[in-house]
Amino acid sequence: MAHMLILADFSVMKPDPGLVFWTFLIFLLVWGILGRAAFRPIQNALKKREQDIQNSLDEAKKAREDMSQLQAQNEQLLKQAQEERTKILKEAKDTKESIIKEAKEEAKGEAQKIVADAKAQINNMRMEALTNIRNEVGTMAVDIAEKMMRAKLEGDKEQEALVAKLVEEIKFN
Amino acid sequence: MKVISKRFCILLAVTVLVGFNQYAFAQENHTSDVGSDQTDEEEGYDPVGVVMHHIADANEFHVWKGVHLPLPCILYAPGHGWTTMLSSKLDHGHKAVDGYVLNHGRVNRIADPSFPGGEVEIGHINHHVEDGKDVYYAEYQGQEYKLDKPSTLDGGLLGGGITSFYDFSITKNVFTMLLASILLILVWLSVAKGYRENDGKAPSGIQSFFEPFFTFIRDEVTVPMIGEQKYERFQPFIMTVFFFVLFCNLLGLIPIFPGSANVTGNLAVTMTLALFTFVITNLNGNKHYWEHVLWMPGIPALVKPLLSIVEVLGLIFKPFSLMIRLFANISAGHIIILSLIGLIFLFGNNGQNLGGATAGAIVGGFFTAFMNLIELLVAFLQAYIFAILSASYIGAATEDAHHDEAHAH
Repeated sequence: MAHMLILADFSVMKPDPGLVFWTFLIFLLVWGILGRAAFRPIQNALKKREQDIQNSLDEAKKAREDMSQLQAQNEQLLKQAQEERTKILKEAKDTKESIIKEAKEEAKGEAQKIVADAKAQINNMRMEALTNIRNEVGTMAVDIAEKMMRAKLEGDKEQEALVAKLVEEIKFN
Repeated sequence: MKVISKRFCILLAVTVLVGFNQYAFAQENHTSDVGSDQTDEEEGYDPVGVVMHHIADANEFHVWKGVHLPLPCILYAPGHGWTTMLSSKLDHGHKAVDGYVLNHGRVNRIADPSFPGGEVEIGHINHHVEDGKDVYYAEYQGQEYKLDKPSTLDGGLLGGGITSFYDFSITKNVFTMLLASILLILVWLSVAKGYRENDGKAPSGIQSFFEPFFTFIRDEVTVPMIGEQKYERFQPFIMTVFFFVLFCNLLGLIPIFPGSANVTGNLAVTMTLALFTFVITNLNGNKHYWEHVLWMPGIPALVKPLLSIVEVLGLIFKPFSLMIRLFANISAGHIIILSLIGLIFLFGNNGQNLGGATAGAIVGGFFTAFMNLIELLVAFLQAYIFAILSASYIGAATEDAHHDEAHAH
């Protein structure tokens, strides 16, 4: 048994030229056929698919960005519109107030004017009345003088009573 | 958990049964050996001989007890020319055709010119030991004629060498390789068809099963080893190497026809595969690579020639390690399984002791089941290692100069 261990033909260690030849030929054929008809097309298809997926992802990302940008723009517009509205409202209020103020002032002015006019008129009338009184008094004085002139002719006592009476008259006038 | 353990039991049972198949194989072969070999008969069960016979290449495919698939023999003897025939014509060693005889499944040749040509009946094939070497003789008309083994390329270092003829037959290994290649081509062509038909769609069917393999080899082997820019050129080669080795490994694990051939456990096969890697690596080697091999920059001039010798030897050692690693792993696996099966015959005293044989069958069967699972792992692992190392050698040869500078600093 012992010598069999040494003598056993370990033939797989001895490369057979026939097997080398067939391995070479078969491997070359498999490599050629599979490389051309399977591995290269698969490689290209996988690469194309990966690129497609990447492109789709990129596009989706871009769309999302566009969307958010649009949204931001909308918000901006809305905000601007709101600001505009507030501004317009404020302006309107201001205008209203200024109009009221103006109107008030105008009315005040008008009133003052009316009062002044009235005063002026009153003054005029007073002046007129005064003039009239003066004229009256003048006329009266002339009348008194006339009457006195006449009364002189009748006596002093009567004269004095007459003058007093006349003065009284003037006063009452 | 329950399902897993149940499945494991089934797997174990299948592997044990498979082990018994191999038992049947071994026994059948052994009895046929006994018939044609007197020396073996005297010595009883020869475990090493049986194992070596089972892992060896053969010119006929043993299917079942007494059933052999004949394979075409293509033989060349210098001065005699080419001879082609089916191995069935040699009648398992009972007939000689033009001096060619089937000895232990392999074609041998009687170089003696006095031996008659054409088809002749021969007697026993006798085994002798001469100067520590196995020599076989064929009996014919009371005379013994020496049988030459086919030539081998080991240069006589391993007991082989150039003999009187060369065997270019479709042997068991070549047959299995062809089968693996046909399977590979069928599988990958249908996968490629899926990419044409499902263009722009999600992968389906066999395409989605094999796509992860492709992307695994691309993302874990070729791209990291060769680089993003250059990997595409080498991806088909690495894929072919990986799947060729894997399919041959897996077919080798099937213990019955059409499997069981020890293809990747044969040095001729791994040598040829390693040669492909060697040639591709060095044909694609750039200036930077050869500069580093022949005249390493950045070191003292005195050390340069020394390193050159080491580097040039390294060129050969790299594919050499590929060759030995795959061969040794696969052969070792086959040898262990066959040895465990051999326990049945050893314990059973070669059929004399039924109790011993039963014990051997139980022990050997369970260990074989365990080994088969490990071998399944090894089949994938060795294919992966062959692929990744080939890719790393190619990557080293095609690496750009500035990359290396970046690493150095």
